[in-house]
Amino acid sequence: MDCYLAGLCVFLAGAVCLGLLAVAASFTPPRPRRSRRVNALGAGCAALGCALGLGGAAGALLDGGDAALRLPWGLPVGAFALKLDALSAFFLLPVFGLGLVCALSGGMALRGVRPAEHNLAAHWFFFLLLLLGMAGVVCARDAILFLLAWEIMSLAPFFLIDFNDGDSKVRDASWVYLVAAHLGAVFLLAFFILLWQVTGSTALTIEGCAPLTDAGAGTLSALFLLAVAGFGAKAGVAPLHVWLPEAHPAAPSHVSALLSGSMINAGLYGLLRSLALLGGTPSAGVLGALPEWWGWFLLLLGLATALLGILKALGQGNLKRLLAYSSVENMGLMFMGVGAGLLGVAAGDAWTALLGFSGALLHMLNHAGFKGLLFLCAGEVLHAAGTVRMELLGGLQRRLPLVGAAFALGAAAIACLPPLSGFASEFVLAMSLLDGASFPGVERQLCLLFTLAGLALVSGLAAAVYVRAYGATFLGEPRTGFAANAHATGWRGLWPLALPAAACVAGGLFAPYFFDLAAGTALTAIPFPHGLVTDLPDVDAQMRRSLAMVSMVGGGGVVLAFCLFAARGLLLRRRGVLREKTWGCGYQASSARVQYTDASFSEPLARLFAPFMGLRTRGGAPEGIFPDRAAFSVAAPDRLRTHFFAPLFELVERVCNACKILQHGKIHLYILYILATVVGLLVWGLRP
Amino acid sequence: MSAPTAFLLQLALALVLAPLLPGIINRVKAMVAGRHGKPLLQTYYDLARLLGKGEVISRTTTWTFAAAPGVSLAAALCALALLPLGGVPSPLAFGGDFLLAAYLLGMGRFAVMLAALDTGSSFEGMGASREAAFSALGEPALFLAFLTLTSLSLDLGRGVADAGLDVRAAFSLSALFNGDMAAFWQAGRPELLLAPAVFFALLLAENCRIPVDDPTTHLELTMIHEVMVLDHSGPNLAMIVYGAALKLWFFAALVAGLLVPPLPLWEHAALSVLAVLGIGVAVGVVESAMARLRLTRVPHFLGVAAALAALALILTQAR
Repeated sequence: MDCYLAGLCVFLAGAVCLGLLAVAASFTPPRPRRSRRVNALGAGCAALGCALGLGGAAGALLDGGDAALRLPWGLPVGAFALKLDALSAFFLLPVFGLGLVCALSGGMALRGVRPAEHNLAAHWFFFLLLLLGMAGVVCARDAILFLLAWEIMSLAPFFLIDFNDGDSKVRDASWVYLVAAHLGAVFLLAFFILLWQVTGSTALTIEGCAPLTDAGAGTLSALFLLAVAGFGAKAGVAPLHVWLPEAHPAAPSHVSALLSGSMINAGLYGLLRSLALLGGTPSAGVLGALPEWWGWFLLLLGLATALLGILKALGQGNLKRLLAYSSVENMGLMFMGVGAGLLGVAAGDAWTALLGFSGALLHMLNHAGFKGLLFLCAGEVLHAAGTVRMELLGGLQRRLPLVGAAFALGAAAIACLPPLSGFASEFVLAMSLLDGASFPGVERQLCLLFTLAGLALVSGLAAAVYVRAYGATFLGEPRTGFAANAHATGWRGLWPLALPAAACVAGGLFAPYFFDLAAGTALTAIPFPHGLVTDLPDVDAQMRRSLAMVSMVGGGGVVLAFCLFAARGLLLRRRGVLREKTWGCGYQASSARVQYTDASFSEPLARLFAPFMGLRTRGGAPEGIFPDRAAFSVAAPDRLRTHFFAPLFELVERVCNACKILQHGKIHLYILYILATVVGLLVWGLRP
Repeated sequence: MSAPTAFLLQLALALVLAPLLPGIINRVKAMVAGRHGKPLLQTYYDLARLLGKGEVISRTTTWTFAAAPGVSLAAALCALALLPLGGVPSPLAFGGDFLLAAYLLGMGRFAVMLAALDTGSSFEGMGASREAAFSALGEPALFLAFLTLTSLSLDLGRGVADAGLDVRAAFSLSALFNGDMAAFWQAGRPELLLAPAVFFALLLAENCRIPVDDPTTHLELTMIHEVMVLDHSGPNLAMIVYGAALKLWFFAALVAGLLVPPLPLWEHAALSVLAVLGIGVAVGVVESAMARLRLTRVPHFLGVAAALAALALILTQAR
């Protein structure tokens, strides 16, 4: 706890300094040297605070003890109550871990920024505020404090996304983000107000929420739906995911990595915490009789989100937008895990219950690692080549070998390939669903098992998406000058990437230890019913054995692959390797333009899933014996945004415009309104 | 003989015999067509010849291309090491190892697809694109077929009785393919026969046999697997060829494991090997009797396989 608080203090102190510097910078002429110093100060504060906080969170997880802090609070409601328990500490790991990597990497990326264009002090001020907000959200134990931290966490990214504010698309994206964040916050406000009304206190503890046991089923379900909507909007669950594919490509890469790897996890955290509150009773400390449909709702919502996310990712030509949609997919997988966990609790199945919750937690941790790595690599590509549109790239593996290797590692991990981290968490999730066969009732069994088949489809598509992403960007010949003239970054600018890369490998090869962390967190944070508690250690031990075997076979596979590679080297030592042109099936005058592009790679799947991917094609195949020039382009705009949210907001705008009749700035009419209201209230109060 | 030794012997047998399978398929096709055909041991000769050669590789390629065959062969070897052959459980068996085996094969595919894109050739990109699409669509069918078996074996509560084994050892390949399933379908659960049918369909799709892909066609435009490995040569091509044979053996052993009833150790092993080779004959017959499907129809083929697997799952669960 001490380390955690020290980290928060560093953030706060840094934010105050940088805030003052930001104000000062806007009144004085820009100077490159000062800008570099400010950059070093901001990145240093963020990195130092994250390192301290990471130590605190890891210590709290390993000790297992809870620590609480209450400070005097000047407001009439609420309290300044922080508590670091296992769930909070677990969610702090990606916040501080990825925060550290992003701060270092961002510090290096922004070193050469022109001070006349960007106010770096302001950028790092909001970066520190974002870290402070995220760290506050997962530890707040009071509704008012939680909402305050949530607002800081939601507001700061608006300014971070808007870094390149000269570009109108970036400005649009940050507005979309702001609107989505506030719509989500409206649901949360309603959630906490309703919770407050029922329980009579703002404390977010199981004791504070004790009166919920007497609340009716309708109230509980309303609370649940509000929580899913509010936290789901932050997590990017369909159909509230529309802000993600806008915001992540627009933001600087160290910010998108942090948003995608850490901030959206706050949605999952909020959901888990509120489920623990809604289902926990102080006497027994158990997930009481929560309705079964909550589990089904989350499971199917998660599956739909995962499928939608990965299919949309398959259609994207912009690498960062592809990664953003892939975050939607991964959030869907985590929600599936939570849904399976709830179903396991409802059916009294310890296996599904524990593995569902811990699979979701483990996947959250692993996702932070590989998605952070991939976004930072995409940032390096943008920096080196000037674009992340895959159809303009290609052949970057030769020009940026380190970035390419890191991206390949992240891609294999996120495509759930053994022996890397993504496979470990997907394995836990799949094992949780696999036990669906022992649920009561054929329809339940079949539903869970078919969901598992859906999960298999999602992971197959994920492999296709990442072969496409890595292949089109890094392999083959450069398609245009963007890629051909890309300049390499030395290892000096890339060493922060070693941390998430190591996490991808370690998460697979040391999977049992990471599973221990996740399962331990789930066991303490989720109030499992007494009937299950006796079986849980057994499930935990069996799963650990399975994961140990996964790690062993995976490690053996890596060694075997190295041996085969070395054996090939030995065989070829005396014979030598001839370097020739790629075999063009007899055609000699091939060019880089005939290579398969990202769009052509996904064409067979796009033909099949076109209605779900929402593809928009322009142009067509050349016709006739002597065809003219032909052009063909394909894009996958978000139909939910263009066909649902845009008309919805236009409708709101029309209604608001219609209401403007009331507002015309004439003060005597306003006085008339007040008079009319007072008279109306008098009449209403005088009713018999 | 202890179980691990027996398993190692059987694994060695599989590793030695795997290149025979493509030979059998080719021979059957030749005989049906009235030709004499290549020698049965042609794949062995090819492997020996390739291992003795140097390599010619494209200037465009990077380490991805050089490393991919090794990765794909290592993944196929690991997957095969998880699969029991003659009813002897693998010493590596654990609950959920079928997931690991499926994803290991996925890892091999991933590496080969990247190597194909690494050459910058449009033909190889074409192959990789098709492989990615069809393997993604095959995945649900494979899982549904496995789920039929795991949920049946969970129903029967096997593994609970066996002291020393986990409750969920029922989820392991060694428990599912040791011959007990064959005993069940013989004892009046014919719906279980759908599972080997699905595995056979997936064998055709995953190993790029007719009707999904024609490995002997002369036109690169219509190929899937063969066109992806156009640029490999020498030892790397040998690894690809051997890996493909192992993958074929893996799927054939899945089908055989469901068809061969439980027998004493070596009889079971002998019958399993015969069954695997017999499946090679069956593939040859299918290839002689059918034409390759149009590429746009392949998803229908995989869809039918998935539907059959779903039907098998529903029928087993509804009991």
